[in-house]
Amino acid sequence: MSSTFQLLVNGQSHRVTVDYDDTPLLYVLRDDLRLKGVRFGCGAGQCGACTVLIDGRAERSCELPVWSVEGRPITTIEGLATAGRMHPLQRAIIDGQAGQCGFCLSGIIMKAAELIERDHQPSREKLAAALDENLCRCGAHARILNAIERAWKEDSAGGGK
Amino acid sequence: MSEPVRLPWSLRDNPILRQWVDFSVPGTARVFTAKVELGQGILTALAQIAADELRLPIERIAVVSGDTRHSPNESYTAGSMSIEIGGSSLRLACAEARELMIEAAARRLKADKARLSVAGGSILLDGRQSDLDYWKLAPEIDMNRAVSGTATLTDPKDATYLGRSTARFDLPAKVAGGAFVHDLEFPGMLHARVLRPPSANMHLTAIDLSAAERRPGVVKVWRSGDFAAVCCEREYQAVKAIEALRASASWTHDDRLLIAGNWKDWLTTRLAVDSQSETGRRSPVEGDVIRRKAIYSKPPIAHASLGPSCAVACFNDGALSVWTHSQGVFPLREALAKALSVDPRRIEVIHAQGAGCYGHNGADDVAMDAALLAMQVPTRHVRVQWMREDEFAWAPIGSPMAVAIEGAVGPDGKLLEWSSEIWSGPHGRRPNLFGVELLAAAQLERPIAFPVVHEDMNRFAGAARNSEPPYDLPYRKIVLHSLPNLPFRTSALRTLGGYANVFAVESFIDELADAAGIDPVEFRLLNLSDPRARETIEAAARISGWDRRAPRGTGRASGIGFARYKTTAAYVAAVARVDANERVRVERVDCAVDAGLAVNPDGVINQIEGGIIQSISWTLIEQAAFGPGGIAARNWEEYPILRFEQAPEIQVELIQRPDLPSLGVGEAAQGPVAAAVANAVARALDCRIRDLPITRERIVSTLARPD
Ligand code: FES
Ligand code: FES
Repeated sequence: MSSTFQLLVNGQSHRVTVDYDDTPLLYVLRDDLRLKGVRFGCGAGQCGACTVLIDGRAERSCELPVWSVEGRPITTIEGLATAGRMHPLQRAIIDGQAGQCGFCLSGIIMKAAELIERDHQPSREKLAAALDENLCRCGAHARILNAIERAWKEDSAGGGK
Repeated sequence: MSEPVRLPWSLRDNPILRQWVDFSVPGTARVFTAKVELGQGILTALAQIAADELRLPIERIAVVSGDTRHSPNESYTAGSMSIEIGGSSLRLACAEARELMIEAAARRLKADKARLSVAGGSILLDGRQSDLDYWKLAPEIDMNRAVSGTATLTDPKDATYLGRSTARFDLPAKVAGGAFVHDLEFPGMLHARVLRPPSANMHLTAIDLSAAERRPGVVKVWRSGDFAAVCCEREYQAVKAIEALRASASWTHDDRLLIAGNWKDWLTTRLAVDSQSETGRRSPVEGDVIRRKAIYSKPPIAHASLGPSCAVACFNDGALSVWTHSQGVFPLREALAKALSVDPRRIEVIHAQGAGCYGHNGADDVAMDAALLAMQVPTRHVRVQWMREDEFAWAPIGSPMAVAIEGAVGPDGKLLEWSSEIWSGPHGRRPNLFGVELLAAAQLERPIAFPVVHEDMNRFAGAARNSEPPYDLPYRKIVLHSLPNLPFRTSALRTLGGYANVFAVESFIDELADAAGIDPVEFRLLNLSDPRARETIEAAARISGWDRRAPRGTGRASGIGFARYKTTAAYVAAVARVDANERVRVERVDCAVDAGLAVNPDGVINQIEGGIIQSISWTLIEQAAFGPGGIAARNWEEYPILRFEQAPEIQVELIQRPDLPSLGVGEAAQGPVAAAVANAVARALDCRIRDLPITRERIVSTLARPD
């Protein structure tokens, strides 16, 4: 009953074989492609820890069957950096020391990355609304919002990526 | 040399110098700690301490943490004591190592010690580089000597790192890829899932192991008593196989409803073991005395770690290795040894980071699961990860509590007397404290049952933590009704009883202030002589722009809460501003903190901010809901927590005291913030909510029937 799919992840093509057709993308990314920045939080689309970009849109990899993303470009936190340089959002989180345990962070960064692509000057309210379905149990919310907001301001002040 | 000091207990238990620091790696000082990174930034703070005492750049400090093979046995990373105890122990050891190096250099160079100093690990003679450094001198140092604790500590004024904000080492990996125990991989590692009963009082009557065995990738299906599990080549195979196993299982019936009404009634009518403390004397007072009485409650709260618990274990040639996010690698080793009948010297327990745990969550239990299964498939690494519902249903929860207080205020606004009663289940039931306390051990064919535990009135015990008001009181009596037989498993959740006690004490202080017609900030200051406490409260009032004449009952208001966590850790005063017109929303929190010498100020502020938001979540939203058979809320929809749109603006002012000992902050904000929010709601609505959480429904029913 195994099936094989062609995945395009972080710019690279991979052939993966799964035993079950409903295998969520999460397990393939973590266990077959060893992209461990994709985190399992709930497996039910409720926490956002597993967020990745599919065609530039933030999606929850714990709920997406792998067959549904065949051939579509997938980006994980590991693929955000370009030419060895961190993405401005990764930089922002570190510069703002915006996290505690950090388990939520890769999902939050991916969700914010979707927003930053579409809206270069989102208000704090829009940012909070975009992240509202991403849970953080450590209570790093205020820091995360501050850090991302600051990065955006610096980015639009002429820094570029 | 300074006077001999009384050694912190970590150092008393682990007196040997090489238990703390070692120079066997050229160019690097390795320092050892059993304290582990829980997202609180402890490893960075410990490195700061070591770097200053050893006069090394922080990049040359390697912190070896939570590893039974190398670390000193410092028991648990808990109680906000890592800096107070673990940090001061490491500091004394590193300072002593530096002085021993200087003595050795003095012998070699035949120079007076006073002419020598250290920079970057090199010995300077009259300020000029000699050809000696730590690593050359190391063979001459007796690392097996006991740390005397007499070395001169670096003055924070001359320090490079102490008291200065330092970026955490652990964050970069966490925004780039794998960083957690969940992400470990070993060649040939198996993935396991565990089948747990639908509720704690149900037992397995029949199961068809072949239902899982037929599935792809299944290597082992194993059952003992009420415990069953699958080990598979790949992770999703295990997820599917355990579903098949679950479908084949039959259980005894259990539809007991543990609790139907409110926690207050439920707790205060249970069988209890009582203890009490009484101080001072009641004395007669002239004039009008105001007396009040009130009872408060808090429901059980889940740790609700964002990542479900996970562990990896391997059993090879009679020796067991376990990778875990437990808060105590040494106690876990002892508990595993007893539960598995393996010599503890044949077990190594190695910490790897997990999602924030906030206390005793499923970390130790899943490590036991992994160890147990590893012993069924020797030589293979077995990774067990709980599913989300396992974490909600099976991790211990923070005990529900009720607190009744009676107090009196004299005509001058001074507190006269205070008596309180506390009802609570146990809080400190970590592995190897009272017994094995590992979930799977209690479920096996030959089970090791959870011990029946009650607590005593003791300020470091769980339920009574922070039950003593910090105020000047001529008379005080506190009775603890410890409830040993709760029909669910409670254990340490951040602050233990401190959250409920501070919520109750500080709510009641506001009630007394109101009754006396005195502003709550003024009332606290009038009854508080500890100057650091006063300064903390004054700072919070100042930065929040506290308004003594603010009207009541307008739907929006500010409230204050104060505590010194455990009466020995950091001082925190918080002012919360709420809008209670619809669902209560905390708009802003201003918070002042005195943590003595804050080793990493930004780290302290980060901890306080997190504590503030988590406390708001507990206070406004959270309760572990029970249904027939036990815990009913098993996912994030049934157990919601505070979200980004509900997060308040936060301002934290740190009162830095470089000359005073560092005080723990990890749990210091929860209680004061709960009280600040409750007091703000009471002022906003002119109606006191005494039962948590402060939901819309609770407000509506209280407004309809104020008690
Ligand atoms: S793990 Fe996918 S949303 Fe929680
Ligand atoms: S930092 Fe721990 S869950 Fe967000």
